[in-house]
Formats: sequence, structure tokens, C-alpha cells
Amino acid sequence: MLSVKDLAVSFQTRRGSVDAVRGISFELEKGEILGIVGESGSGKSVTSYALMRILDVGGTIKSGEAVYSGVDLRRVAEKTMRDIRGREISMIFQNPRAALNPIRKVGHQIEDVLRRHAKATRYTAREKAIEALEAVKIRDAVARYDAYPFELSGGMCQRIVIAIALACDPRLLIADEPTTGLDITTQKAVMDLVSELIRAREMSSILITHDLGLAAQYCDRIMVMKDGGIVEQGDPVELFSNPQHSYTRKLVDATPREGESIRSLLPPEDRKPELPHDVSEDALLDVRNLTKTYRGKSGPVHAVKNISFTVKRGQSVGLVGESGCGKSTTSEMLVRLMDATAGEILFDGVDIAAMPAAAFAKNSRRGDIQMVFQDATDSLNPRHTARHTIAEPLQRLGQMGGSELSTRIEELAGLVGLPATLLDRFPHQLSGGQKARVGIARAIALEPKFLILDEPTAALDVSIQAVVLNLLMDLRAKLGMSYLFVSHDLHVVRLLCDHVVVMKAGEIVEQGPTLQVMSNPQEPYTKELLSAAPKPPARRIVA
Amino acid sequence: MSDASIKSAAKSSGGLDHLIYVLRANPVTMLAFCMFALIILAAVFGPSLVPYDPLATNAANALQAPSLAHWFGTDSVGRDVFSRVIVATRLDLSISVAAVALSFVVGSVLGSVAGYWGGWLDAVLNRVLDTIMAFPLFVLAMGIVAALGNTIENIIYATAIINVPFYARLVRAEVNIRRDSGFARAAKLSGNSDIRVLAMHIFPNALPPMMVQVSLNLGWAILNAAGLSFIGLGVRPPTAEWGIMVAEGANFIVSGEWWLAVFPGLTLMIAVFTFNLLGDGLRDIVDPRQRT
Amino acid sequence: MATANTYPRLRAVMMRIAQSIPVVVGVVVISFLLTRALPGDPAAYFAGAAADEASIEEIRVALGLDKPLIQQFFIYVGDLLQGDLGQSISSGQSVAADLAKRLPASLELTLTALIVSCGIAIPLGVLAATQPGSWIDHLCRVVVTAGVSLPTFFTGIVLIYVFYYLLGIAPSPLGRLDFIYIEPDRVTGFYLIDAAVVGDWETWLGALKQLVLPAVTLALFTLAPIARMTRAAMLTALSSDFIRTAKAAGLTNRKVLYGYAFRNALLPVVTTLGMVFSFALGANVLVEKVFAWPGIGSYAVEALVVSDYAAVQGFVLAMALLFVLLNLIIDLAYTAIDPRIGFASK
Repeated sequence: MLSVKDLAVSFQTRRGSVDAVRGISFELEKGEILGIVGESGSGKSVTSYALMRILDVGGTIKSGEAVYSGVDLRRVAEKTMRDIRGREISMIFQNPRAALNPIRKVGHQIEDVLRRHAKATRYTAREKAIEALEAVKIRDAVARYDAYPFELSGGMCQRIVIAIALACDPRLLIADEPTTGLDITTQKAVMDLVSELIRAREMSSILITHDLGLAAQYCDRIMVMKDGGIVEQGDPVELFSNPQHSYTRKLVDATPREGESIRSLLPPEDRKPELPHDVSEDALLDVRNLTKTYRGKSGPVHAVKNISFTVKRGQSVGLVGESGCGKSTTSEMLVRLMDATAGEILFDGVDIAAMPAAAFAKNSRRGDIQMVFQDATDSLNPRHTARHTIAEPLQRLGQMGGSELSTRIEELAGLVGLPATLLDRFPHQLSGGQKARVGIARAIALEPKFLILDEPTAALDVSIQAVVLNLLMDLRAKLGMSYLFVSHDLHVVRLLCDHVVVMKAGEIVEQGPTLQVMSNPQEPYTKELLSAAPKPPARRIVA
Repeated sequence: MSDASIKSAAKSSGGLDHLIYVLRANPVTMLAFCMFALIILAAVFGPSLVPYDPLATNAANALQAPSLAHWFGTDSVGRDVFSRVIVATRLDLSISVAAVALSFVVGSVLGSVAGYWGGWLDAVLNRVLDTIMAFPLFVLAMGIVAALGNTIENIIYATAIINVPFYARLVRAEVNIRRDSGFARAAKLSGNSDIRVLAMHIFPNALPPMMVQVSLNLGWAILNAAGLSFIGLGVRPPTAEWGIMVAEGANFIVSGEWWLAVFPGLTLMIAVFTFNLLGDGLRDIVDPRQRT
Repeated sequence: MATANTYPRLRAVMMRIAQSIPVVVGVVVISFLLTRALPGDPAAYFAGAAADEASIEEIRVALGLDKPLIQQFFIYVGDLLQGDLGQSISSGQSVAADLAKRLPASLELTLTALIVSCGIAIPLGVLAATQPGSWIDHLCRVVVTAGVSLPTFFTGIVLIYVFYYLLGIAPSPLGRLDFIYIEPDRVTGFYLIDAAVVGDWETWLGALKQLVLPAVTLALFTLAPIARMTRAAMLTALSSDFIRTAKAAGLTNRKVLYGYAFRNALLPVVTTLGMVFSFALGANVLVEKVFAWPGIGSYAVEALVVSDYAAVQGFVLAMALLFVLLNLIIDLAYTAIDPRIGFASK
């Protein structure tokens, strides 16, 4: 149905021409769902834009052909192409809220497409648009017809985008990271809906994603891309059990799954033995009835409601929940950047919640509680070098200076695996993984007793996530720190944490030893979270 | 000691390459930098370079058209227009630089405080700025100068006051978006007090867009000051100033003595144009994506 | 859904109107402070140069200047509410009456200029954004950078020199109507409208001829910010994700450009109009002086020359109130375009 041969795309930039896609070829059968998997910059999204001929300014298809039902999409006239878009080939995007016109009613946006492709007249448009909304299982479709995107949730917006894409019954649907940025339960709902609609309408589909697990679950065939080229393609189970290319192997390894250790995320040659970490019985951190209430426009907003849990010395606790569950607010309070409304935070037996956050900066315990932030790029001052960044806590809190300071900075760089030559670079000259290392070096500079990790790998590619997680585990053993690992990803939490706390709507719904909670969840919400996470097929048996 | 070593290391690489790249790729910005240098030269050395005394009258030589002896002609009392135009550079530039510097400082402090702490401070500041902005700005400047008295200092104060909202709002916005950024929070965890976080971490990051604003604003301040003296506020005759020279020349335009108004007017225009080009160029250097 | 949709928007409109009240209060306070900050002793000033101590004191009491500042403020507000802005020394009439008489002239000039500049700048900005790198894009860039550098008073003078002195196609730059025409009966005070109402097309044409040069001068000045904003807003809108969605759905170029991008781009443009009004009202003063246009701007300039402070302050206050009103209208227009108003979380 779609046959791509030697497709190459390049972008004209200030530094000359950059090849984003380098001559790729693949076939798509009728009724097949093809997954294109790759890390950022692999050219997977560009490929899909090239097929639709909606490349950004500066991008051109250099060579090759893409034949869809006998028509070469590269050569066909723009006018014909416009008829093909939306009627023959449709597309859904990441960040669904931005993908909709913010000041047009969603019903009208669906009508625009229906009327463009003559699937409806002025008189039938409304009715057909409501049908399209019902097709994507939007409850109360008649009322939603008049809604604006800002009145709808992210998941709902994605359903609208899908409704627009499928309104004219296209035969091929391209989904570009359709669930990135959505919560894990919403992700499952959206993906289930998409795959159900595709099967029911006997459409073909291309799913573009960075998540190998997700692709394996929903696709008939997977194509792995790297640096604009295809490195491997094949059946998902086959790909997982017997990856041929070294890059695929690395990617498969780095995808977390049930029943494996954190070391197995790394390529076999990098798997050093795990260092033991001791969990003592006495509590380092004892959170009691912690509460945070904001004054909202319509009454108080309860961000965190009366939560209690304990972190023992040397223990790693995972704090899990979806966006808006209060996990970030909790970590902000624990790290003393935000004042609690009520409750106690006993650290080493002293209630640190009693002291205002502003005064805590001067407290002697400031160095004992540190944090690694979610977005490494955002957490580094763009005007400071890596050295300057790492020096900051040492100078301010450790009163260090002179040669002592530079020795310590280089020692820390060594500890987190950052080459000393990179120390004098600015954040924009460092890669994502290197920035993460700088952030970690800063956090551990004063050898804190307690480290809060706020989704430290959320913005990283899986292969880098694997390395960073292992680094964090080694540091814990070497420095004897306790961790609070905040994450939405249960698989990752399972790898690193001894104990897990599940939050929903500001409250703790379940907590207990990680293995117990994961293997035998008691609460329906925990079960839902666990079942929503994509399940990659079993990995090959290591000989 | 260690601070110094960190800073010296920080200076190299990156920025300069980019600057050279932008200047090469954009000859217009290059031109703007050259014209800027010329204006500065005229302001500093102008009075000692000009051929005639800008205030010396010569009734016998009045209203001469431009010639080799008088490049820009002479005015109604025989003063050399060229000399007056050049000498005026210093006055016009000083007024605008002083006004912009004042509003930069006041606006930065107010905007930083409001943007960082928010709350009632922010609300009060916003009300005050709203009130200032509720006046057509040139009209407010007229009112202020009329009320405070017709002097050059008051022109500076008036121009500064009407500029403060722009700086305060810009800084407020820039500080506000960085207030909860990861690096600001990380700085607090490193033991920095709020004021240190604001002054050492957040404010320096707001400087690049501020510099763009300064450049665009300098041009506007010159226009504003010239406009005020055009309607008879601030600078008084016979002082050489572009606005007042255009005003004097305006009376002769209907009888065809164009050079009296056109040369000071053109110079004024070129000066403002230079600052605007410079501002656009700086915007490119600071952030190529923001180009509009 | 419909009620939930209209109700908060109605409330947003009411809120916006209520918000202009503190601004008006602020404007009145500043105006009051400006009147009281007059150089020297206002009583001595109003008494005239020949007055002795006793008569100065008499005037001080008469003007209420012996009372505490707060009380003076309330007297000032009380006078304002009765429409009393004081007496003009030069014209001998009440400032309010003078301003009311001259206001239509200023409005006619400013509004004509703004309509002309919006009519040129918005299409120019849109075309420049949709055809980056084309000649129209370069033209837009030149207009934008040169336009903001033009001193209005200088542009006016150059236009007079070229079109009146050199080419002789423009009438002499003295006021709204050549003396050979008879002023149309005052209905709105806008000559173009008043002449049209009575069907006096000869006068209409005469008024138009007088209006062209000053309006063009002012339009040239306001062209730049509008064109710049339109281009920028249009570029931002065109690079938005929702434009990609619309393209991927196969919508026509026309629909994508005007139905989707332009309507979104209009929002920041409408916001900029407030700033443009501010510039235009300020530049209006200069243009009126250059063209001897009998509006409130030239009234203020004449008053400044003879130190007629009551007239100047009355003018400043009137301009501010006019501008507050214009901003209110702009914001209400914004509310009509943007469905998010009234729901905004921040």
C-alpha cells in the first residue's frame, strides 16, 4: 500500500545542509501497523512529515520515492497532495492541546475537514461532526461539539485530534508520538482507542515513538531508526528476543521490564557487579500528616492531604503517581523549597518543617538534603559553566575555596563520570546525559544524607536513562545516601527502590515494599497504573 | 581566587564566535555598529572639530544655501547649520542616555522585586505602571515638563518616567519565568539567599533582552526629547539641538529654505535609525529565533 | 453549555469595565499632582505679575490653596465631576469648552490616520509573513525599521516641502479648511462627515485635501509597529502545531492562512493597537503643530507657550481619559475574538 524507496530528507540550516533522513526504504502492507522507533534526532518524525509533505521551512526531500497506491507522494502536484491529506492519509500529533486551533470550537474544526473533502454539506456537517466525536468515544458529544480546546483535558484533546484525522475515513494513519506528555493511564486509553479504530476500519498505520515497549505492544512490525537510517526491522517478539544490530540490542536492553535488575539495562560488557547498599532500621526522614493547601480562585485547593511515610537510613523510596497527584509538591516541601500548611517533617529527629523555607537556606542541614531536578537543561544556569555550577554549593555551604575547591570539583566530576575537559563548558555545549551528570554532581557535592530525585530521567533517551540510573545506584552505595525517587514510571521505580508510595489526588493510596506492591497490588488504582504500563516482550536469553 | 578562575574560564568560546558570525552574516548590523561609533565620535569630539562656532551669528551671511563653505547652509541669523547639527549630538545623546539609564535602573529594581516576590508588591507596582501607561506617553511627558518646569533635567526625568514601565514589565516577565526554574531552585539548595538568587542567578539571565530594549529605547528617547523641544519644552534657543532646529527651520520651509529643517531632521532620523538597527541586530545576537 | 459559555464572558466584560475605574482614579490623582506641582506659587502666578501680597492671599483662598492637600484633592475631583477644568488664561474661556470644541478635529485626524495605517500595515505584515524572503518581506522590513525612526514633525515638514512648495499639489498647511470654503454646520464636528451629511461635496473635497498630508504623516508613524506586530504574530501562528494539523488534514491554503493562522495572529495585533494609540495621540500633538491643525494638541502647545497651565493640565487629563476609553474598547474587542477570556486560570 505504501512503498518507500531511498527516501532522503535534508534541512538547510545556518551551518549548511543537514541530512535528517538518509535514503531509507520500507514497505507498508494493507492493514498493517508499523512502528518506527528511535531516540531523539533519529529522523523518525521527519520521515512522517516527508510522507505528508509538511516539512518545516528549509526541509526538502532530496531523493527517493514514496509510492502510495500507485501515486508518488514526492512528485504529485501540491493540489492533489492536499486532496490526499486528510482523505487518504491522516496524521495525529504529540502535544494534542497545541495541535488544535485554540480559538475555534472543536466541532467546527472537525467540520472544516469534513467539508474540505466533501464528506459533508453545510447542512449535514454538524451531524457528521458529532458522529465523528462519538466514534472516538467522547461522552456527551453534542455538548463537546461547542467546546474550545482549553476547556478539555489532554486526553480529550487527543481524541479530538484523532476525530479530525479519522473524520474522512482515511486508509493510512500516521501517529507521531501520540501519547508523549500524557499520563500513563490516558496513554493506554488513547492507544487502545487508536488500535481498535484502525483494526475496525481495516486501515494501515505508522506509529512513531521513542518507546520500544509501546511499539512492541501495538505494532505488527517494528523498524528501528538511528541517525536518519534504518538499522533493523522485524517482528516485535523476534526483535526483542533476538536483536541483530548492536544499536537495537542496546535499545532493547535499556528498556525496563519486569523481573530484571538495573544492571541489565546496560550492554552486557558494562555490567559490573552491583554494590550492596545497607538499609538500617532507624528512620532518617519521618513525614507526619504533611498537608499543603493553596488558596485557589474557587476555594482552597488541597495539593497534598495529610500524608505520612518514612524513609530509613540508606533506603530508597519511590514516590509514584500521575501528573497533579501532589508528588512534586511533596518533594518541594521535603527539600524545603516550599512551606507546608500543616504536618511535620522529622529529619534526624528534628522537625525541619517548623522552619520557614527562606531561612532554611542558611541552616546547617541545608547540605544534608539535596535534589536532582527533572529537567537537567532547566536546572543549570545557562550563564554558568559546569565547573561554576558544581562549585556553587561547595562555596556557599562548604566554605571551600582555592585549590581545595578545584580538587573537589574534579573529584566529583570523576565520581559522576563527567570528563574533566567538559568542566569549562556551558550547558548548551553539553549533551543531555552530560547535563544530567552535572546536576547530579552538584547535588552530591556536599555528600547529602538524603537526595530527592525528581523524575531525573524523564527528559532523557532510554539508553542514557539506563546509564544515569546505574550511576545513581552506584552513588547510593558509595555515599550511603537515602533516596526519594519521584516518578510516574513504575518500571523504573521498581528497579531502584526498596519501598514504594503511590499517590493519587494528594493522598497516599498504597505503600509498602516494592516487590510486594508490584506483584500483589491491593488498591484498584495501583493495579490500573501497573496494567497501563506497556509490557515489552521478554528479552532474549543471555547465554 | 577561585571565583576569578571560574569567570575567566567562563568568558572564552561561544559568545564571541557567534557575534562574529552574526556580524558577518548581517552587514546591516555591521553598518549599524559603524554608524553608532560615528555618533559617539561626534558626541565626544564634535565641539572641537566643527568649522564654526555654533552660536556665532552673522547677519550678512543669513539663509545661505548649502555650499562648500557652509555644507548645510546657514540659518536666519547666519549660524552655520553643519556646526550646529554636529554640536547638538552631544546634548541629544546625553539626554537620551541619562533618561534611559535612569529608567533602566529604576525599572530593573522594581521589576525584579515584583517579578520575584509577587504578591501585594507586584499588585501595587502593576497598578502604578498601569496608571502611567494610561496616559499617551508623549502627552504625559509634556504634562510633567510643564508642571516641573521647563529645564533639560526635567526633560530627562519626564523621558525616564515614561520609559520605566517598559523596563519594569520586561524585567518582571523575565524574572517571573525564571523564578521557579530548576537553576533558581538549585541555587537555593546550594545555600543562596533569595536576594542572591535574584541578583546573581536570575537577573543576569534577563540582561540580554534588556540590552535589546535599551538600544531600541535610546532611539525612542531621542525622538521624544527632540519632540518636546520641537514644541518649545526643555531646550531653549539659541542652544543647538535637533528638535529645536527643525522647529526653527519649519518656518522657512514654505518659502523654500529647506536646509534649515532638513539637515537636523535627517541627522535625528539617522541617529534613531542607527539605534533601532542596533537593537534589531542585538536581538539577532541574543536570540536568532526572536527575529521579527 | 451555552449558558456556561456566555455567563463567564459577560462577567469578564463587566470585570474589564470595572478594572478601568482604578486606572481612571490613578489618572485623576496624577493630574492633580501635576497641577499642584506647578513651578513657584500657583496663587502668585494666577494673581498676575502686578499683584501685591494681599491679592495673592485672596486668590490663594479663592482657589482653595490654603487648605490641606487632601481637601484640595476633593475640591479638584468635585470640580472635575462638574466638568470644570478651570479657566484658560489665553482664550478666557473654560478649558472644558475649549477642549470640547477642538476635540473633533483631533479625532478626525487621528482616526483617519489609524484607519489608513491599519489598512496598509496589516496586509503588508500578513504578506511578509506568508512569503518570507520575497520583495514584500524586504519592503516590510524596511518600512518597519525606517518607520519607527521617523520623527513625525520632520516627516510632516518634508511632506509640506515636497507636496506644497515643490509640486504645489497640496493646499497650504494651515488648518482644516481653506478660507474659500465655508465651515459645514456642526453635527459631529468631523468635517468629512458633516459635509457629507448636508451633501456639500465641494467642502468635503476641500476638507479631504487638507486632511491628506497630516493624516499620511501620522499614518507613516503608526504603520511600523502594526506591520511589525502583524508579521511577527503571523509567523508565530504559522509555525504553531495546530497549523500543521490543519495542513495534515488537507485544508486549503486559504483556510489555513485566513481561517486558522490570521484569526490567531489578530489577538496580539489587537493588543498592540493600545500602544499604537498611545504613540498616535502623542504624535498627534506634533503633527497638529506642524500643520496648524486646530485640534486639542495645538491648543496645548499654544497654551504651553504662554504658560497657560490650566489649559495644559486639562489637555493632559482629557487625553488620558480618551486613551483609557480607547483601551477599554480594544480590550472589549479582544474579548469578542478570544474565547479564552473569562476562563483564564492566571
